[in-house]
Amino acid sequence: MNIAFSILTVVVIGLIPWIGTTAVNLQYLFGIIIPYAAVIIFLLGVVYRIVKWGKSPTPFRIPTTCGQQKTLPWIKQNRIENPSNVVGVIIRMALEILAFRSLFRTTRAELKEGPRLAYGGFPWLWLAALVFHYAFLTVVIRHLRFFLDPVPFFIAWLARLDGLLEVGLPVYMLSGFALFAAVSYLFIRRVVVPQLRYISLAADYFPLFLILCIAGTGILMRYFFKVDVISVRELAVSLAGFQPKLPDNGIGGVSYLFYMHLFYVSVLVAYFPFSKLMHSGGIFLSPTRNLANTNRAVRHINPWNYPVKVHTYAEYEDDFREQMKEAQIPVERD
Amino acid sequence: MANDIPTPEELAKIDHKPPRKGWMDTPTEFRPGTWSYPGKASALKVLDLPNPREWQPTDEDWKLPENWKEIIIDGLKERLDKFRSLKIFMDICVRCGACADKCHFFLGSGDPKNMPVLRAELLRSIYKNEFTKAGKLLGKMAGARELTKDVIKEWFSYFYQCSECRRCSVFCPYGIDTAEITILARELLTLIGCNINWILEPAANCFMTGNHLGLKPHTFKENIEYMVDDIEEYTGVKIEPTFNRKGAEVLFITPSGDVFADPGIYTLMGYLMLFEHIGLDYTWSTYASEGGNFGLFTSHEVMKRLNAKMYAEAKRLGVKWILGGECGHMWRVVNQYMDTMNGPADFLEGPVSPITGTRFDNAASTKMVHITEFTADLIKNNRLKLDPSRNDHLKVTFHDSCNPARAMGLLEEPRYIIKNVCNNFYEMPENTIKEQTFCCGGGAGLNNEEFMEMRLRGGFPRANAVDYVHQKHGVNMLSCICAIDRVTLPPLMEYWVPEVGVCGVHELVANALIMEGENEREYNLRGELIGETEDNEDV
Amino acid sequence: MDLKSLLVKKKSGIVKKWFHKIADTYDPETSKFLKQKKNRFANPVGSTISMEMEALFDELFDQAEQDKVLACLDNIIKIRAVQDFTPSEAIQFIFSLKQVIRQELKKEIQDEQISEEIIKFESKIDDIALLAFDIYMSCREKVYRIKENEYRQNRFMVLAGDDIDDIKGGSPAEKPALGTNKPKSLT
Repeated sequence: MNIAFSILTVVVIGLIPWIGTTAVNLQYLFGIIIPYAAVIIFLLGVVYRIVKWGKSPTPFRIPTTCGQQKTLPWIKQNRIENPSNVVGVIIRMALEILAFRSLFRTTRAELKEGPRLAYGGFPWLWLAALVFHYAFLTVVIRHLRFFLDPVPFFIAWLARLDGLLEVGLPVYMLSGFALFAAVSYLFIRRVVVPQLRYISLAADYFPLFLILCIAGTGILMRYFFKVDVISVRELAVSLAGFQPKLPDNGIGGVSYLFYMHLFYVSVLVAYFPFSKLMHSGGIFLSPTRNLANTNRAVRHINPWNYPVKVHTYAEYEDDFREQMKEAQIPVERD
Repeated sequence: MANDIPTPEELAKIDHKPPRKGWMDTPTEFRPGTWSYPGKASALKVLDLPNPREWQPTDEDWKLPENWKEIIIDGLKERLDKFRSLKIFMDICVRCGACADKCHFFLGSGDPKNMPVLRAELLRSIYKNEFTKAGKLLGKMAGARELTKDVIKEWFSYFYQCSECRRCSVFCPYGIDTAEITILARELLTLIGCNINWILEPAANCFMTGNHLGLKPHTFKENIEYMVDDIEEYTGVKIEPTFNRKGAEVLFITPSGDVFADPGIYTLMGYLMLFEHIGLDYTWSTYASEGGNFGLFTSHEVMKRLNAKMYAEAKRLGVKWILGGECGHMWRVVNQYMDTMNGPADFLEGPVSPITGTRFDNAASTKMVHITEFTADLIKNNRLKLDPSRNDHLKVTFHDSCNPARAMGLLEEPRYIIKNVCNNFYEMPENTIKEQTFCCGGGAGLNNEEFMEMRLRGGFPRANAVDYVHQKHGVNMLSCICAIDRVTLPPLMEYWVPEVGVCGVHELVANALIMEGENEREYNLRGELIGETEDNEDV
Repeated sequence: MDLKSLLVKKKSGIVKKWFHKIADTYDPETSKFLKQKKNRFANPVGSTISMEMEALFDELFDQAEQDKVLACLDNIIKIRAVQDFTPSEAIQFIFSLKQVIRQELKKEIQDEQISEEIIKFESKIDDIALLAFDIYMSCREKVYRIKENEYRQNRFMVLAGDDIDDIKGGSPAEKPALGTNKPKSLT
């Protein structure tokens, strides 16, 4: 149900630019207005979300400690998994964000039963997630070639590295395929593992399909129904320079494929701030990871700390004075 | 011939589970052994908590206040504004499933709603419905659903089936902490009077009498004096502890469970002997006679109300700093909340061990030191006379309690002590200890007898690891630094690995201590002949 | 071929199917999880049950040693006795072994080579089922005993809180005493 709904949505999203640019001549809408709108929604949305998160305070310091605390000087502290200063926190966060440290944890020191084959131990999820995110990043950076003139050297390098295998012509870019494969794995995993299917929502399938479509249309355009790269670049540079202009000769090739690609990207970009994809921003603010475990050394301030009703010692002594005296427990008043 | 016989399955006529629906459509059942008795009206009244009444979860009508829905939604909104953790955790889960098989209750029960991600989703679905555009527009597709009385029943069931152990949080790529979600969900439930008695009654007791058991001052003192008698009987050493004494250097606070229940009492006897051995100038307090804090399992406010006693009493007695005994959730409160809630403790001094002169800089602000930090320092500085061979009949393993492990990182101190007071120490497998430790099955106020089946299931992953070292190394003693563990692990062991006993770390310390003026030490603190005891301790 | 050699030959298939049958008594999400992993600590329920089933199966066609059979059964039933199963559901897995064997040896049974033997073997399984009843009951009794002990201890605590002096009417010696002096009711 959730899967069907997501697929249907993605198909409909694909049809819109197809109709829009073949049946009706709305190239300007799909090539310029919608991408701009999407980027504006993205920027405003992300800022809105982060500000909204930021508005709620962190009343208590609640890091999840995953190693030895800082204590007596002769006990070795785990400075990363249980940081006691900013440097430690930065390294912890960096490992979390750049290497998905916590997902990797699953493998550690698994004991296997007898001679049986060891399986299930390797963190496939960690690998797939890592491949997915880094491939995506590479693809995004690689695409900057279209927008920037001249192309900065590192982007050119990256693109060359990406096509290192130099198989075929045009050179196959590894990242696109890696992305496609990783997304497929993440999808299949959701469907095949029953626990995951049980917890998965349309909101989990939809972005996967969307990214699958983006990668798919991209791969089709690059290797099969080639579009005119010069014209695409012309459009991209004009967008980036805020002097939008559709290329005079059109996009060439199967041009609606290009508009589909662009529209999928626009939808993803606009959808981003309102979805779980915001985890990329949220992780920076996660209080169980981004705080040092210095609770007992440095006082943490709760901005909304308020006085509460307590049962004072005086009240307590009033309740039990006679018994205390009889038991020879010192009292304040006789 | 074979074909004429009905298959065994047909004979057995077993009901197979009906085809499963989505989790939102699976109603909550209150099966025996999986839920705790609801909070008594009397306990709620002591704490001024809303909607005190007589009710049972199995009742059709839970007698909720008329505007219960409004209370929950407003309460949720308030908490979203107060806790960034909640807002972030509601928003960023991608349901990757990394946490799914990390929960001991899921591993032991197989109930998919015990997967941490789904437990959080129980609340998240309501959050989405009320506070997000996507949820309002797309409903179920976005994972949103209407808040109904059935949802409240489901919350009651599953948020009181979470022991707030944080194991899932270790594996979550965003650090989403189900404990934090459970804490806040329980706060919401408390707003409409849906809470459990095993938490509320100790909290009410603690509020009025200073400890969970409701021991009045004289009873508290007498109980400790019995232990003093026992110590004298077994060791020949007479100890004279003081109570509510002004001007002592240190105030000692430990969970009241150890003043009463077996085997916790032996740990408490251990403290008494240790302090006597080193000549510590300390006092007990009958007013702050509880280290534990069942307020943590009720709401942040109740936690603060109960915790306030520690600093108040330290101030009244004019001590320099506070020493805290072996306890799990007490140390979560002390480490993560106390200073923020009830500090600054500027009337105290930075803790310094009067015996070794060591300054505990890591507790410079809270001014409260963990007993294993204190004792480890004593041992390191050779201030204890120890004969570890007195524990030779024991093969010891150590259970990391969830809170000191994952809300503090107290891992090596107790191990250092054990290795110095015992000759036989064996670790359980790595993915079941330290930050990956498994819960005892009864944390967060769930250690009541009516919840026993669930506790035995949830404790199975822990017991299974104990069984492994029992089989492999002959381990016969499971040591721990938590009073709830000392109450929950004995029945857990009795069911799964009956050959293994349970003890606190300071019981082992005391048995190894060579006290001044002691007798032959024929008996250990349990009154058993040293050297003759074999496995199955008093469980 | 006699039944024993057939069972030895087909052991891995039979044990696997048998284990899958027990796993399928859990929710589908859980069932798949139980079948997946063999790590004793990451999947304690699944690995314990599958290990013990295999051991039990070995005992069945060897000269069954009562103690070993009991130990295997105990380790499986202990788990099922505290999960959400009715008594019949908890020990039904014993009977499903018959079904699995009949499926696996369908051809041989039809050829009437081993029907005598199989009836004998099945009655052995029935004997095991009887043992399983005993074990199931002893597990449940243990749970109740544990509950009762705890209830008593907790009750005692409440009394202590409500001023135990009045209730027990007594001297300190009768209080919740400790060490060797502790009253029997506490242990």
